[in-house]
Amino acid sequence: MKSNTWTIIKKEFARFFGDRQLLFTTVIMPGLLIYIIYSLMGTGIQSMITKGADEVVMLRVENMPESMAPLFGAMDSSLVVVQQPVTEADIAQLEDKEINAVLVRFPERFDEVVIGKSEEMGDALPNVEIYYNSTNNAASRVYMAVSTILGNYGRTFTVNVPQEEGQRFDQATDDSIGAMIWSKILPMLIIMMLFSGVMAIAPSSIAGEKERGTIATLLVTPMKRNELALGKIISLSGIALLSGISSFIGIALSLPKMIAIEGASDAASMLGFHYTTSDYVALLLVILASVLIMASAVSLLSALAKDVKNAGTMVTPFMLVVMLAGLLPMFQDGASTDLAVYFIPFYNSIEVMTAVFSHELDWTPVVVTMASDVVYTCIAVWVLTRMFNSEKVMFSK
Amino acid sequence: MEEILKVEGLSKTFTLSRKQQKIERTTAKRKVAVDNLTFSAVRGEIFGLLGPNGAGKTTTLRMLSTLIKPDGGDAELDGCSVVRQPEQVRGKIGFLTSELKLEDFFTPNYLFDFFSQLHGVDPNTTAERKERMFKRFGIDKFAEVKVANLSTGMKQKLSLVISLVHDPEVIIFDEPTNGLDVLTARTVTDYLQELRGEGKTIILSTHIFSLVERLCDRVGIIIDGRLVACGALSDVCNGLTIEDRFFELYKEVKGGEE
Repeated sequence: MKSNTWTIIKKEFARFFGDRQLLFTTVIMPGLLIYIIYSLMGTGIQSMITKGADEVVMLRVENMPESMAPLFGAMDSSLVVVQQPVTEADIAQLEDKEINAVLVRFPERFDEVVIGKSEEMGDALPNVEIYYNSTNNAASRVYMAVSTILGNYGRTFTVNVPQEEGQRFDQATDDSIGAMIWSKILPMLIIMMLFSGVMAIAPSSIAGEKERGTIATLLVTPMKRNELALGKIISLSGIALLSGISSFIGIALSLPKMIAIEGASDAASMLGFHYTTSDYVALLLVILASVLIMASAVSLLSALAKDVKNAGTMVTPFMLVVMLAGLLPMFQDGASTDLAVYFIPFYNSIEVMTAVFSHELDWTPVVVTMASDVVYTCIAVWVLTRMFNSEKVMFSK
Repeated sequence: MEEILKVEGLSKTFTLSRKQQKIERTTAKRKVAVDNLTFSAVRGEIFGLLGPNGAGKTTTLRMLSTLIKPDGGDAELDGCSVVRQPEQVRGKIGFLTSELKLEDFFTPNYLFDFFSQLHGVDPNTTAERKERMFKRFGIDKFAEVKVANLSTGMKQKLSLVISLVHDPEVIIFDEPTNGLDVLTARTVTDYLQELRGEGKTIILSTHIFSLVERLCDRVGIIIDGRLVACGALSDVCNGLTIEDRFFELYKEVKGGEE
């Protein structure tokens, strides 16, 4: 590496690591915030799910049919099943939260009516009334269970209900289900985090230097413009990578809390997060390529901008397009097999990440992505060099 | 006397944006900032470009320092063309103008080392030169203070020192005393004379007559982008003060308009 490029990189790093506020907001805060927010959300969701799990709920049934009694009786250990008429006063008490119950009113001679339905009722169906208060989590759970039993009862046959322990009808493994989920969520999250890292520093580093007049001081030194361009892009990529890593750690630590299911002891195993060393190497390579291309693109737009504010305005639409590209894996089944796709900057990284997280790693697309991104970065360095040489771009007012 | 700077037919035209047209109160889409400028400077002299605001002084100096490219003509600085060899030219000059700023975040110590590295100065020379120049300008006491916390005068002195980290043969100063307090201005002008004594060539632009009279060996008067007089101060003045001579020339060019 040329020495002046290294001097610029050192200066950009000194600027970044010497500014505690910038360091905190760019590297530490994203990961910390993501961890706190996702953890709080996870805890909140978990709390909603588990709240009232130990509460005793009364299931009061009027005209309990014989066919239903054993089903209701076996529902839940924290459920007290009582056979009593349901009155309007009981319903009012439910509304006022004075009783913790689910009230079910069957029509008289329910079983007989159902069996002899065609003769006695024609096409009319027997009406079962269920009263509950949905603000009570435990009661809501019981309501769901009762609805399910009634729904199943309503059918003349059962569908996909395992009859023996270990029997399953869905042939997807936990691992492949987890991989499918990760491949749809993580590429977008990683791209977003990396882009946020670039956005936090690149406009200030180039448009900011124009705005403050410090770029001209650099331009009157004998340093070649391509050394300056390369130094800027490499240092920005490095810093953005740190920011991306911070965000990734935040996601990795908080996602198990976010998606954890009650009773699961091994969150990682539960989520099917089983990846090989090759997967991690491919992921690291593609992340490196992504930050290079992002730093290049944002640097070019920042160099065109008059000041930091203008740079932000110019980069925002571009960021939205990249974010939209990040959403595409949600609407497709695995990574693309068309090699031409891997020549499209940004989208190629998303596709490779999708392949890695889907356990479909193929090194050819990885190599194509890396090579094309390096070529695009070289082109960006060349264009940025031309921009540093252009008085219209550098000194436009 | 060896000519270290040769300027031949240097020209620059700017395209005016609509906003600039409004400011300049003109409908013309182009403005000739520098028109066929030819002059030279010899080693060990102070050459002054004197002219009113907007005359083309700064544009000329920016072309000499390779920040902008001329549309026509060329300038050779110590044998290197500003058009064809801009990097070599930048290695030979020290350029100081109010538009060049130093990053507030860094200390004088860091900036001196940083710019020395960019100019390819070896570490030992950097250390020796830094100690000498920091002491000369009283920066040594503030060497570890961030630029943001320095006084305006100290920032100006630091900018001067940073522009000279590589001990250039030619020093180009755009309005060297503009915005300086009297003490700092005196320090700067004294130092320019010291540099001349060391055999350095100084090209400066100014609109201050007294500065030309006190410092310059030769002067070029520039009005509306054209050099209307150039030579030794006594020759240009022709028995008048520089101020009177300037207004005489100004009236000739502008036809009595002031």
